[in-house]
Amino acid sequence: MAEAAAVGAESLSSGQARAARAVLGQLVLPGEELLLPEHEDAEGPGGAGERPLRLSPAPRSRVRVVCGPGLRRCGERLLVTKCGRLRHKEPGGGGGGVYWVDSQQKRYVPVKGDHVIGIVTAKSGDTFKVDVGGSEPASLSYLAFEGATKRNRPNVQVGDLIYGQFVVANKDMEPEMVCIDSCGRANGMGVIGQDGLLFKVTLGLIRKLLAPDCEIIQEVGKLYPLEIVFGMNGRIWVKAKTIQQTLILANIFEACEHMTTEQRRQIFSRLAES
Amino acid sequence: METDTHIRADARAEAGPRSLGCSLRHFACEQNLLSRPDGSASFLQGDTSVLAGVYGPAEVKVSKEIFNKATLEVLLRPKIGLPGVAEKSRERLIRNTCEAVVLGALHPRTSITVVLQVVSDAGSLLACCLNAACMALVDAGVPMRALFCGVTCALDSDGNLVLDPTLKQEKEARAVLTFALDSVEQKLLMSTTKGLYSNAELQQCLAAAQAASQHVFRFYRESLQRRYSKS
Repeated sequence: MAEAAAVGAESLSSGQARAARAVLGQLVLPGEELLLPEHEDAEGPGGAGERPLRLSPAPRSRVRVVCGPGLRRCGERLLVTKCGRLRHKEPGGGGGGVYWVDSQQKRYVPVKGDHVIGIVTAKSGDTFKVDVGGSEPASLSYLAFEGATKRNRPNVQVGDLIYGQFVVANKDMEPEMVCIDSCGRANGMGVIGQDGLLFKVTLGLIRKLLAPDCEIIQEVGKLYPLEIVFGMNGRIWVKAKTIQQTLILANIFEACEHMTTEQRRQIFSRLAES
Repeated sequence: METDTHIRADARAEAGPRSLGCSLRHFACEQNLLSRPDGSASFLQGDTSVLAGVYGPAEVKVSKEIFNKATLEVLLRPKIGLPGVAEKSRERLIRNTCEAVVLGALHPRTSITVVLQVVSDAGSLLACCLNAACMALVDAGVPMRALFCGVTCALDSDGNLVLDPTLKQEKEARAVLTFALDSVEQKLLMSTTKGLYSNAELQQCLAAAQAASQHVFRFYRESLQRRYSKS
């Protein structure tokens, strides 16, 4: 009904909003408006005209919906602000779940709780300045390392790689990182060791690699023994036994983005033979 | 990644019976072709070609910092030589258009820089710059309220309307009008005109541009669809 009509009309510019449920996994462009399921009937195209006049408006079911990256609230609708595929996550208990746009972006914008790889660019007093690829460097206190005290400073030099987590990240303030979890444990975070190779990929690829059941990681793991760190800011640090293997791994990850599953399997089988 | 569409417009119906040359030239667009910028696009309209790169939201100089929104900068490089007054004026027009659609308030104290390199100019250069800038901004993932496009109209001495004119048509024209339109309501974001025209002709050109913008936005969607079909 209303949903089908909206999709058929391909409403890029006609000002008609499409139903969010109908375009899941499809491409959405900035400026599009999406209807949430509970408003589809009331506000869908044609719905307004055919709706019988009600004396008292029916009580609207208030459903909690979270707007992820690339979406904004616009009255009762969602306004798309980035180009990409629309995704939805069903809520655990009640509510409308989370909607977001999966885009192929390269620039990182700090988000609280994200694990990132940063490069120490300066030491100033009791903080380090860490470049994470965002619009300004993040600050990292020297006390935010496991076992660090005022007397026992961590051994961090300018140019070191840091794997840490954002505790403060909002648009108006300088982002702040830590290398400990809430229990004071390093939990894998801290200065990344010597050697290895750091390279950059798009943010979309990182998200794909960090998905719980990512094939690429499993296949790569079978190939060589390796150490690997993924930063949500699009940086990957990898280290294998030899430099040659490290370079091969880096090239695989960089190429993964533009390969289909079939092509990838072929490459992996060829590498496994050699 | 390259996408082509051939658009022979039906803008004629809206533009009135007098206009006969109401067709857009061959469009092509390629995105994410440069590795260093955060977003890039090359846009072709006939023989006119512009390459755009977008950096941002990136670090901003303290002198240019705006505390409640992003600093938007547009740099237009001519094919040969240094940018002059004409480029500066175009930069300003493009910047004002971008500012109208980019949601700068989401990234305060940052800079968004759009660099446009003219590869070849064969008419409707400003429109092509606007289209390239829009595609590069989309590629960079800069939050935007809507998409925008540029459409150039030329009126020749007989009052005939030509959409997306070539350099020769622009030179012979009595008036050249360029509009920037948004994708939500086809509202006018920017207009710049040169030459003599009547009020009725302006309205006629605007109507034709609005009709043509539908084709441009459809082309945008097709070309983005192809880009995202890869993943």
